[in-house]
Amino acid sequence: MLEKKIAGYSDEISVAPGERIRFMVSCEPGIDRYQADIVRLISGDRQPGGPGYRDELLPTSVSGEYPGRTQETYCGSYAVVPDGPAFGSLDDLTLQATIFPTLPGLRRACLISRMDVDAGRGFALWTDPEHGLVLELGDGAGGLHEYALGQPLVAREWYLVSATYDSAGGEVHLRQQLLDSYARDSSSGAASFTGEAAAVVACDAPLLIAAASREEARGKPIGEMIFNGRIERPVVASRVLELGEIEALRGGAVPPALRSDICGAWDFAQAIETDDIIDISPNGAHGRLINLPIRAVRGSNWTGDELSFRHAPEQYAAIHFVDDSLYDCEWDVDFELEVPADTPSGLYAARLTAGDQEDHITFVVRPPRELSARSNRSELSERSVPGDRATASLALLIPTASYMAYGNSRGGMETGNELLSNHLTVISPEMRYLNRHPEYANSMYDDHNDGTGVCYSSRLRPLINIRPTHPWLWQLSADMHLVEWLEAQEIPFDVITDEDMHHDGVSLLERYACVMTGSHPEYYSTQMWDALHAFTQRGGRLMYMGGNGFYWRVAYRDDKPGAMEMRRTEDGSRSWASEPGEYYMAFTGEYGGLWWRAGRTPQSLVGNGFIAQGFDHCSYFRRTSDSHDPRAAFIFDGVDDEIIGDFGLIGGGAAGLELDSASRAYGTPPHALTVATSEQHTDAYIRVNEDIGHMLLSIGGQDDPQVHADMVFFETPRGGAVFSTGSIAWVSSLFHNDHDNNVSRITRNVLDRFLDPTPLE
Amino acid sequence: MPSQYPIDPSRTDLAREFMANPMGPHSAALQRIVTRMRDTEAAGRYVLVTRVPYQEWGLAQLSGQRGVDLTLLEDQVFTSLEDAERAVFRLRWELITGSPLAID
Repeated sequence: MLEKKIAGYSDEISVAPGERIRFMVSCEPGIDRYQADIVRLISGDRQPGGPGYRDELLPTSVSGEYPGRTQETYCGSYAVVPDGPAFGSLDDLTLQATIFPTLPGLRRACLISRMDVDAGRGFALWTDPEHGLVLELGDGAGGLHEYALGQPLVAREWYLVSATYDSAGGEVHLRQQLLDSYARDSSSGAASFTGEAAAVVACDAPLLIAAASREEARGKPIGEMIFNGRIERPVVASRVLELGEIEALRGGAVPPALRSDICGAWDFAQAIETDDIIDISPNGAHGRLINLPIRAVRGSNWTGDELSFRHAPEQYAAIHFVDDSLYDCEWDVDFELEVPADTPSGLYAARLTAGDQEDHITFVVRPPRELSARSNRSELSERSVPGDRATASLALLIPTASYMAYGNSRGGMETGNELLSNHLTVISPEMRYLNRHPEYANSMYDDHNDGTGVCYSSRLRPLINIRPTHPWLWQLSADMHLVEWLEAQEIPFDVITDEDMHHDGVSLLERYACVMTGSHPEYYSTQMWDALHAFTQRGGRLMYMGGNGFYWRVAYRDDKPGAMEMRRTEDGSRSWASEPGEYYMAFTGEYGGLWWRAGRTPQSLVGNGFIAQGFDHCSYFRRTSDSHDPRAAFIFDGVDDEIIGDFGLIGGGAAGLELDSASRAYGTPPHALTVATSEQHTDAYIRVNEDIGHMLLSIGGQDDPQVHADMVFFETPRGGAVFSTGSIAWVSSLFHNDHDNNVSRITRNVLDRFLDPTPLE
Repeated sequence: MPSQYPIDPSRTDLAREFMANPMGPHSAALQRIVTRMRDTEAAGRYVLVTRVPYQEWGLAQLSGQRGVDLTLLEDQVFTSLEDAERAVFRLRWELITGSPLAID
């Protein structure tokens, strides 16, 4: 049986000729060598009757054999405070924090640690599945002594926890206090110990929050025993604090009388948009967060009166740490490409092969930039791009934000998804590989190990399902059907990405007569939305080639390239839901969730918007009376059929998976033509929940007339236009009958007209 | 709690409908049964595992846990997805009704 054993990623997703891109690869044991080549991707779908996989070798210095090796990945989020004078001469000690454990029963997990295990010096405060709070102190002679409170903590409750050590009498005091009030609470308690062992709490080591560490890698401590849950206002003090002082420090400031005794008091309500944690003690022992723990989450004092962290930051002084988040694998570079100057824009991959093994680390070569290789992102954003140039009239806009949202989706292997597809789930070697590698972290459709929804993604890790040949035809693998069609039509096209559009804005798009989307451009940042909308309002022509586009709002952070944030708020078709009060994105402070909830409907941008989904069978479109309007004549030139797309490589039809419909109420332009409408969807197709008021029996495709796709055309100012297919499956019908079919013909008709500079009026 | 929709073991007509067209679409009465069968806990759920891409699949049961592999049922190998659906339908029919599906 085929087992996947090789995977990699690149540091960039889009590079221009002359720029550099680095590739990182990890092989499981048994893969001693692999071949790497840079190829232009032409086609990906290997299913019987499909176009098969095709590529074209780009001769580069990359081509060659490389040694296979296993590269370690360290996932899980925590904070590191570098060693410094603040902690230099500790004898006595107080540790405290307000905590919200989400998996207290899983294993021992660290809240605060500063430990030299070999020397037996330092301290660590733990939660333990059986004993609750545990303090561990070094004995100064290579050993450790621990003190356990003895009462387990309850999951998803706030506690104030503290531990003190008095060196004079060797006295240790532990306390954990539930902040809520329950009858029969047995989880609060305290314990004291006297003279059990002398301790040496001072040591040379960084301080960690939410993790312990025994060794370093890649210039920082490796976090172990990571705490799942929220930590608020952790404090390290150099003397034994009284309970009143501990309570006062919970409040968010360091009282003047305590300033000389506080080594560090971290106020996570500050710098929420960053990776910094701010020490509000006079020591300024600031730290850094590793692997994107969740910020802008409710603290223990959240009242519900304010819903944005920017309006009441003091109520968002917690950080949610998880043991399975990941920003950057930080693997060693295997090989590097300087994109040759004459490389045509396109979709490319570093193709890795070793016996029956392969991987395609996919990237885009965007059209030339009239700049030397960029050195960093901030420079990029400052540089205007007027010198850049298009090399075609058509741009294919690769939805990399949506690729990142779906990247490493674990649903198939963990839940089976059988009720979605109405068929047995087929587990591919790629899915088993991903399941063997929890450290590659999750998609935005998954939960973290503690059940918290995944609101950050990163492309600085192998994204196992974002591959041109992936058997689940979704995102990139489905978009390959469009690439294959464009290649077959011999239509010149440039390739650009969501990230390019996010950074460069409408100036990137304005070089093109026509911009074509992928099959499922679901995730959009504000900058992306603004750019695409401006393009349509300035005479640009947009072909929206899919379904459920422009649905969720996402955010990027300039200082965190490759990372993306999204919150699944109020409603929407979603695999998890954000907690109340956590609808604003930490990266930008913007309100997250559906773009509709921010007053920007997909219908207002492209004429249709997400209405229903189903994954068993795809259906077809039927032409409407609007299709005979003279304005739409060019769309159906040479098409006599009333039924459109009753064939296809996904589900046997062009109308399927996720469907968009037109709606004046949701903002479809009043002059828009609905030129075709799909019908006869199965009961596996259900209307989106945000469009359901009362729940009625008639929600499936056979009963609910709302469950259909609308194909929409409308003109935009200055001679521009928008054509929207209304269905993810559309592009997968292009290949049928060697591209001689009505889906292909309609798409070609629209494209030809949209590339014609004559204004659409 | 799993779905509580009862499956009437005497409705072999619906089973025959499934065997004739296992990929669907199904009649409303059959779809209720199929939905009942598909609505199971992740742990132990039957899935197919690709043995040879697009050609051969094995039957397996999910662990339901991240990082824990599925369990292969080595003696169950299919060369068509339709046959796999039929086989799992039989397994689940017996599991839910308590008696084997008495049709060919």
